[in-house]
Amino acid sequence: MRRIAKLATNPVAIALMMSLTIAGCASKKTPNSAADLGLGGAGAATPGSAQDFTVNIGDRIFFDTDSSAIRADAQGILSRQAQWLNKYTNYSIVVEGHADERGTREYNLALGARRAAAARDYLAAQGVASNRMRTISYGKEKPVAVCDDISCWSQNRRAVTALAGAGS
Amino acid sequence: MKTFLKTIMLVSALAAGLGTMATLPARALVEIDVNKGNVEPLPIAITDFLSGDAIGAEISSIVAADLKRSGLFAPIDKGAFIEKISNPDAAPRFEDWKVINAQALVTGRVSQEADGRLRAEFRLWDTFAGQQLTGEQFFSSKANSRRVAHIIADAIYERLTGEKGYFDTRVVFIDESGAKNQRRKRLAIMDQDGANVRYLSDGRTIAMTPRFSPTRQEITYMSYESGEPKVYLLQIETGQRELVGNFPGMTFAPRFSPDGQKVIMSLLREDGNSNVFAMDLRSRSTTRLTNSNAIDTSPSYSPDGTKVVFTSDRGGQPQIYVMGADGSGQTRISFGGGSYSTPVWSPRGDLIAFTKQSGGQFQIGVMRTDGSGERILSSGFQQEGPTWAPNGRVLMFFRDAPGAGGPKLHSIDLTGRNEQAIPTANFASDPAWSPLLE
Repeated sequence: MRRIAKLATNPVAIALMMSLTIAGCASKKTPNSAADLGLGGAGAATPGSAQDFTVNIGDRIFFDTDSSAIRADAQGILSRQAQWLNKYTNYSIVVEGHADERGTREYNLALGARRAAAARDYLAAQGVASNRMRTISYGKEKPVAVCDDISCWSQNRRAVTALAGAGS
Repeated sequence: MKTFLKTIMLVSALAAGLGTMATLPARALVEIDVNKGNVEPLPIAITDFLSGDAIGAEISSIVAADLKRSGLFAPIDKGAFIEKISNPDAAPRFEDWKVINAQALVTGRVSQEADGRLRAEFRLWDTFAGQQLTGEQFFSSKANSRRVAHIIADAIYERLTGEKGYFDTRVVFIDESGAKNQRRKRLAIMDQDGANVRYLSDGRTIAMTPRFSPTRQEITYMSYESGEPKVYLLQIETGQRELVGNFPGMTFAPRFSPDGQKVIMSLLREDGNSNVFAMDLRSRSTTRLTNSNAIDTSPSYSPDGTKVVFTSDRGGQPQIYVMGADGSGQTRISFGGGSYSTPVWSPRGDLIAFTKQSGGQFQIGVMRTDGSGERILSSGFQQEGPTWAPNGRVLMFFRDAPGAGGPKLHSIDLTGRNEQAIPTANFASDPAWSPLLE
């Protein structure tokens, strides 16, 4: 065939998929809702653990409709994330950008990417090294809240900082 | 599977009637003007094709269903038929069909050849003029009997409307199953009427936005299978997949050029914006077409390949723009209230279909290629992603609704009056129509 690389068995791609899977599991075990619901206060999680990050720091920020501007309430969360990441430098992160369902699929994929980049750039400005950060967009494909009104849409417009490559 | 496409042969046109009508009038007396706003469906009698088993009735019921769904035909209930066709080669008793107001009549026969192949013949009659309009016969494997029916439906549609049909086509789409926050999204393909579903990916990772090549049994789509969202090509019959290009970031929103030699798509930039690029599949060279500090996505070529329509939010919210295929002359064409996205150029070249959001609703509409003459065809809580039937007369899209739990496929014709649900086993989204099969 003409064209391009075969998919098959690229070890880099496989390693990447494995690390994503691990990150995905980690964020499922300790969902943001624990923090949102006021469960698990400070001290419940070992400082420097993934649970510490999601519960005590907050792993996600929210956006206004069709916007990738970092809101005032998100700036505090990202600053805390940056402080934590600058303290626990063994982690790399994947910033996931998401959109609500009130847009078309392709546009929302681009919007999620722009949100992830905005969060990443904010963290970088707070001193988190660029080579520790990746971004990925899921557009509107992975909602966390599934009702058909604004109470869910506002939770789905988000950027989630997922810890990856956790060291010792 | 290459042979699949060649196993149905149009062997010959059947001689008209009893040999007395060698010269048919150029235009039949019975015809449908598809350009009229509110077409009264043409009453047509589609008799069970004669056969030794059930296949004759099966084929005629598929033909009737195709024609009915088009909105242009009203198949008459078989219980009203007076004449029982016993010899499809002989002229019917036209009086018996006129009295039940069947303006057109379809008769046929299905038989089995010594080598096991099916032989299907049909004749289309103008009952009021008392003459045969067309007649053809086909040979095919038994497994392809549905395709034979669709080809016959296309022939009838074309003879009576003067337009190409669209029934012998397939649709690629995303099959969606599972809870909304953990939904499995996999590539699937089916006939345009929902039959013969086949899955093209396993659903372990999200796949989306499949689009047909206009020239081959090949699709381009976006998937997370490498861990990062990327555009791929997939050969439908062999299952062979290839990554398109070797770009550092996300690639998405792919579509083929009309000649099938290029894929146009969006590339994510490091700053979080997205621009439109075209990649030549033979030389693998890429051309940047836009360079804005904005989201430029959903590019779609005009059928002559000289222009590209796309979505951009460079003006503050998503709107539709047109540019030359080299990126020149980028011009906004959508100016109605609200935002516009997913523009798709009609295969006839005359219209652009789009998704519009305004007043909390999602709408499927069309406009002329300069943005004038906007018409909304369908409006609802959540619907998007139009795709054109190859004759440019019908759009398919996907719709979700509060409480529905997930999206389903629907079609609507350009009058906006004939909307049809496309049956799928699971939820379904991102339909893309194939060209007519060959």
